[in-house]
Amino acid sequence: MTNIEQKLVASAAGPLASSYPPDISAALEHSGHADVVYMVEDSPVGRLLLAASDRGLVCLHFVPDDAGLERSLDAIAAKLTPRVVAGKRRLELPRRELDEFFAGRLHTFEMPLDWSLVKPGFTSAVLKATARIPFGETTSYKGIAGRAGNERAFRAAGTALGSNPLPIVVPCHRVLHSGGGLGGYTGGLEVKRALLTLEGHAT
Amino acid sequence: MELPPFQTLLDSYGRDVHRFLLANVGATDADDCYQETWIAALRGYPRLQHSTNLRGWLLTIASRKAIDCVRARRRVPLPVGDVPEVPSPAEPDSYGDPWAAVRTLPPKQRTAVALRYALDAEYSAVADAMGTSEDAARRNVHEGLKRLRREYDDDQH
Repeated sequence: MTNIEQKLVASAAGPLASSYPPDISAALEHSGHADVVYMVEDSPVGRLLLAASDRGLVCLHFVPDDAGLERSLDAIAAKLTPRVVAGKRRLELPRRELDEFFAGRLHTFEMPLDWSLVKPGFTSAVLKATARIPFGETTSYKGIAGRAGNERAFRAAGTALGSNPLPIVVPCHRVLHSGGGLGGYTGGLEVKRALLTLEGHAT
Repeated sequence: MELPPFQTLLDSYGRDVHRFLLANVGATDADDCYQETWIAALRGYPRLQHSTNLRGWLLTIASRKAIDCVRARRRVPLPVGDVPEVPSPAEPDSYGDPWAAVRTLPPKQRTAVALRYALDAEYSAVADAMGTSEDAARRNVHEGLKRLRREYDDDQH
C-alpha cells in the first residue's frame, strides 16, 4: 500500500521534476516594468550584448564568453537598474541596423540612443563628437579632443573613448593615432581593424 | 546594497517556482500563475531591501498568487461543456495525481505541503516563504498530512 506521503515524494521526483516552465520573456518585456531589455547576438566582430531602455540602446558590449556577459549585466544592474531581463522586441531596430551595417548596406545609424551610462562632462562631449564622425572617415585623438572643446586633453579623450558603452554605433573605432597607429580599442585591435576595413580603410 | 540583474533570478529559480505552482494550483492554472508571479516580482524588485534569500522572496509571492488563483477559480463557475482536466476541488482524484488531494486543503496547509514536498524544502525554508515561525510551518505540514491521510488513504482500502 502506498500512502499519500509516498505518492507526493514519488510525484516530486517524477512528473514534477521533469516539468518545464513556460517562456515568459515577452510578457516580462511588455509588463511595463522591464527597465532594461537585453539580447546576445553573433556578429562578424564576435558576440555582442545589446541592451536597451525604453529610450534607446543603452549599451553594446563585446562579450566573447559568459563571464564577460555576466560582468556586463552586473554593471548595468549596479549602475542603472536591477530590472534587467532578456527580451527581443525592443532590440529589433538596433539588431536590424547592425546587421545592415555589417552587410555594408547602412552607413548612418538611426536607432535612438540612451546616454545614461555615459559620464557627463568631457566624456559625454567626446563621445557625442565621436558619434558625428561619418562612415569611412577618421580623426585623431587630438582632433576629437578639439571637437569636444579642449584640443590639449587628448589623453582624457582616449580615456573617454575607452569608456564608450556604445562602440560601433558611437564609432570610437574611427579615432586613430595622428602618426597613423591604430590606438586602442575595447573590443581588441583585431575588431578595430575589421571595422576600419569594412569602412574601406587599408589597415 | 546591490541586487543582481533580474534575469538571473528567473534563470536560477524559474523551475522551482513553476514546480511549486504545479503542485499548488494544478497544470491548468500553473502557467498563468507563474507569469503573474514573475511580473509582480519584477515590479517590486527595486524596492527589495536585501538580496539574501531571493528564492524565499519569490516563493512568498508565488504562494500569494496561488491563493488568489484558487479563490478566483472557486468564484467562477465552470462554463457548460468545458470538461475540466483537473478534478474539481471537491473531488480529489485519489487514484492519480496526489496533488489534486493537496489542493483540497485550506490555503496555509496546502502551501506548506506543496513547499515541503514539491521542493523538498526544510521547515525553515517553508517558514521563510510563508512568513511564519518554523513551528507554525511544521504544524501546517503535519495538519495537512493528517487530514490527507484521513480523507485520502482511507479511500484506498
